[in-house]
Amino acid sequence: MRNLRIFMIVAGFVVGVLAALMTIFGNPANMGVCVACFYRDITGALGFHRAEVVQYLRPEIMGIALGAFISALLFRDYRVRGGSNSLIRFFLGMFFMIGALVFLGCPVRAILRLAGGDLNGITGLLGVVVGAVIGIYFLKRGFNLGRATSSKKAVGLLMPLMMLGLLLFAIGNPRFIFSSTQGPGSMYAALGLSLVVGLIIGVLAQRTRMCFVGGWRDLFLVKDTYLFSGIAACFVGALIVNLVAGSVKVGFVDQPVAHTMHLWNFLGMFLAGLTATLLGGCPLRQTILASEGDTDAGITILGLIAGAAVSHNFLLASSAKGIGVFSATAVIIGIIFTCSIGFFMSEEA
Amino acid sequence: MIKIDVRGFACPIPVVKTQKAMKENPGRELLIICETVVSKENVSRLAENKGYKITEEKDGQDYRLHLKPQDKI
Repeated sequence: MRNLRIFMIVAGFVVGVLAALMTIFGNPANMGVCVACFYRDITGALGFHRAEVVQYLRPEIMGIALGAFISALLFRDYRVRGGSNSLIRFFLGMFFMIGALVFLGCPVRAILRLAGGDLNGITGLLGVVVGAVIGIYFLKRGFNLGRATSSKKAVGLLMPLMMLGLLLFAIGNPRFIFSSTQGPGSMYAALGLSLVVGLIIGVLAQRTRMCFVGGWRDLFLVKDTYLFSGIAACFVGALIVNLVAGSVKVGFVDQPVAHTMHLWNFLGMFLAGLTATLLGGCPLRQTILASEGDTDAGITILGLIAGAAVSHNFLLASSAKGIGVFSATAVIIGIIFTCSIGFFMSEEA
Repeated sequence: MIKIDVRGFACPIPVVKTQKAMKENPGRELLIICETVVSKENVSRLAENKGYKITEEKDGQDYRLHLKPQDKI
């Protein structure tokens, strides 16, 4: 167990270092690796939303998924299962993304933003923690989405194949793929480098079960610091690189791809933390699980993509200027929906 | 012995169910049946933190974790 913890700390540190380095090699500031933002960019690249500044097939995501797939095969963790209330998972994934895009980042980016001096990261992380705590209340009350059952091995190949297809689109750049010419979507590291970094993160996250919501959840649920040690190490790794690079700018105002509407930063990430707790993991973890043959996690990823499309098509997503026209309504609807699921999907209900 | 079957449940449900069984049955041996390595690791880590001795056996595709309270050893 001790060796596992050391491995987790090393893995978290490496992820933090790589994420911060990726901003030097071209990715947006404090967004070296943001799983929600990168799914949002992929959604835009596929034309599912038309926000022109956030459209790019981020190879990091495909790398993470394929790295985890290879790792799962090598270490015999590949096990195909599914059928645990997939439709609910789809909607929880969708609302996760809506919350994350009001904050402008997933729980990974909240850590990276803080490591870059963006104090709005604290507000976001507070939201994640409170969301996880409310999620724990539902878990202790008997919440679960039911048992998954085993399925044919080939079914588990669907998500890795989808990721391979996206990678081929990224390499071949066919005419139907959209690419930002300005804004965060136009800022990216070289494709090969992004892919390799993704592959490394995918393997590390698969082996350690790294989770940026599970870490906070386990602190309160079982007083266990294993997953949290990865989050803390990621923060330290990113902070060190940012300090060396001179890119730490402490404050709330004028931070890259961020706004200062604290209530909505908090509530957006509250929604993200709550949905991820009910789903059993953050988008990074869902990506890893989907690559290991968990088709419910695959559905969750499709929910994340739908959430990104809805966010930008219906003016729910924030921008550096502040929240979108309908952000507040969407977050409140998301909180009501997720709490209802928490209540009604309980063994006590 | 209390038997808890957590097969098919995703993280963190196996841990939540094991923790509940520990609280409701202090001092009693538990048998947890799970099917993924992740569930096995998570339940084992909880049991270790709570002072249980863990004996693990493989049963086909499943794992059977015998959790014995330390004061019973």
